[in-house]
Amino acid sequence: MTEAADAIRSSGRRPGGLAAIVTFAALVVLAGAVLFPVLATALNGFKDLSELRTNPFGLPHVWMWSNYWSILTGYRYWQVLGNSLLIALFTVALTLIVSSMAAFTFAHLRFFGDKFLLSYIQLGLLFPVATAIVPLFIKIRDLGLLDSYWGVILPQVAFSLAMSVLLIRNAFKQLPSELLDAAMMDGCGYFRYFIYVTLPLSGPILSTVAVISFVGSWNGYLLPLIVLNSESRYPWTLGLMAYQGQYMTSWQLVLAFITLTILPAIIMFLMAQRYIVAGLTAGAVKA
Amino acid sequence: MAAATYAEAQPTATAYSEPARRMTLNSWAVVVVFLPPALLLFTVFVFLPIAEAGWYGFFNWNGYGRPEKFIGLKNYGYLFGNPTFTRSLINNGIIIVFSLLVQLPLALAVAVMIAGRLVGAVWFRMIFFLPYVLADVAAGLIWHFMFDGDYGLVGAVTTAFGAPPYFLLADKTWAFSAVLIVVLWKYFGFHMMLYIAGLQGIDPALLEAAEMDGASPFQRFWHITLPLLGPMIRLSVFFSVIGALQLFDIIVPLTGGGPFETTNTMVSFLYFFGLTRMRIGFSSAVGVVLFIICVTFAFGYQRIVMRDD
Repeated sequence: MTEAADAIRSSGRRPGGLAAIVTFAALVVLAGAVLFPVLATALNGFKDLSELRTNPFGLPHVWMWSNYWSILTGYRYWQVLGNSLLIALFTVALTLIVSSMAAFTFAHLRFFGDKFLLSYIQLGLLFPVATAIVPLFIKIRDLGLLDSYWGVILPQVAFSLAMSVLLIRNAFKQLPSELLDAAMMDGCGYFRYFIYVTLPLSGPILSTVAVISFVGSWNGYLLPLIVLNSESRYPWTLGLMAYQGQYMTSWQLVLAFITLTILPAIIMFLMAQRYIVAGLTAGAVKA
Repeated sequence: MAAATYAEAQPTATAYSEPARRMTLNSWAVVVVFLPPALLLFTVFVFLPIAEAGWYGFFNWNGYGRPEKFIGLKNYGYLFGNPTFTRSLINNGIIIVFSLLVQLPLALAVAVMIAGRLVGAVWFRMIFFLPYVLADVAAGLIWHFMFDGDYGLVGAVTTAFGAPPYFLLADKTWAFSAVLIVVLWKYFGFHMMLYIAGLQGIDPALLEAAEMDGASPFQRFWHITLPLLGPMIRLSVFFSVIGALQLFDIIVPLTGGGPFETTNTMVSFLYFFGLTRMRIGFSSAVGVVLFIICVTFAFGYQRIVMRDD
């Protein structure tokens, strides 16, 4: 809303000037360059292979809806999306539960070793999952979690804990302490305080963490790659690579498959743009 | 914050530091119920693996049974004697330098342009940020097509000039530039968004005052905007270095590390040369090197560069 208002205001403001026009033109060119690969991918999914060769960047002469249709009516596409959704939802739910509980403890209680334990968990901020991926593979194997959804979900949650505990703890500490005092005075214990006061007041930070962990899980590739073997459990990132491996010579089908698999992310982004941008950047800034 | 002030106001002497409240049965119950899930997950899937990487790195081990063939530092010797690994290390370095010299300045320039109350600013922001929400794998595959000598953009350009088809991704001198282009395309919008957030925190009165004192747009940018944006720039440098060090997802669909293993990063080297061949000791050593680089950088950077932020 405010941004729209800004745009309207600005259109009247400022004596246009050459600089403004040049700036605008530069941005239009850049935006075109950024969008071009995505649009080309979507459009080329409508061509047949011979047209792709002769006319890679124009509109299709003949719209081959069948490329998209065959994928949409197939089992594979829905299966990989379903797997991704399942893994992402469990990752988000578990991340929120586990990290808000830990964050609550660190925010309100002083006990022997609390600082040590908090720093311990925050070690996770220092290195990416890739550094530990080999022993992690061994660990997942030894726990019997190879080729299972949990083998992907649990490490994803574990590796996001450092960041999410930190973010949520900082937010919990900013809730007025009078609330806790008053609740205690009325005989409300910590557990009920957590459920009835802390959580309902922490919507923004919880949704930030949810966005970060959902996007991370939805787009994840390395972890499912080492954990999952059965194609029936592949999330869309692995499914896309498998599809490309199988139809390597039919770029038009691969492009249609890419388009359809990135479509949910694009739709979500367009619908909840503000939350997603705020979540992904605020998460980075606050931690 | 609030808890800390409360604790300072209560000079109760107990064995523990700054007790916000006396630990009661109820609060111990919270500790016992709320903390273990996080500690357990973190220990099993983050802490132990990284510690074990340090241990496995000393062994010649294929992952079956227990690691028994202790070979000391030989894995590290093999690693640094391996031209593909040193090439990967250099490639990670190239991504970092490229990000710092090209990506971040571009992001900053675009952020400044958009922040200047422009028509359609919302749209530009959205478009530039869009690639960031797409998965690296999809980005890599999209650009694999773009760079294809027969079908993609490169193919179209060579055809237009009547030149023979050119396969950038098969050119061992230039293939890695394809990786850089995809990194730029995918991530500059994220850094731009950080800078926009930073720019919005700058008091416009400062810039107006400078304008009235006759400061040119460049002077205003150089002496006011840039210093005030400092914390955000330092933050985005941090993310861009850590991100560059762990780059993997883009490499696989784009080049698969080829041609002639010239486009690997440390993580793709770890994957292709260690994990897929079940050389667990060897690839653990790669993980350890990566870990040491990340931690040294993160600690050093936070101590030295970001200490005031």
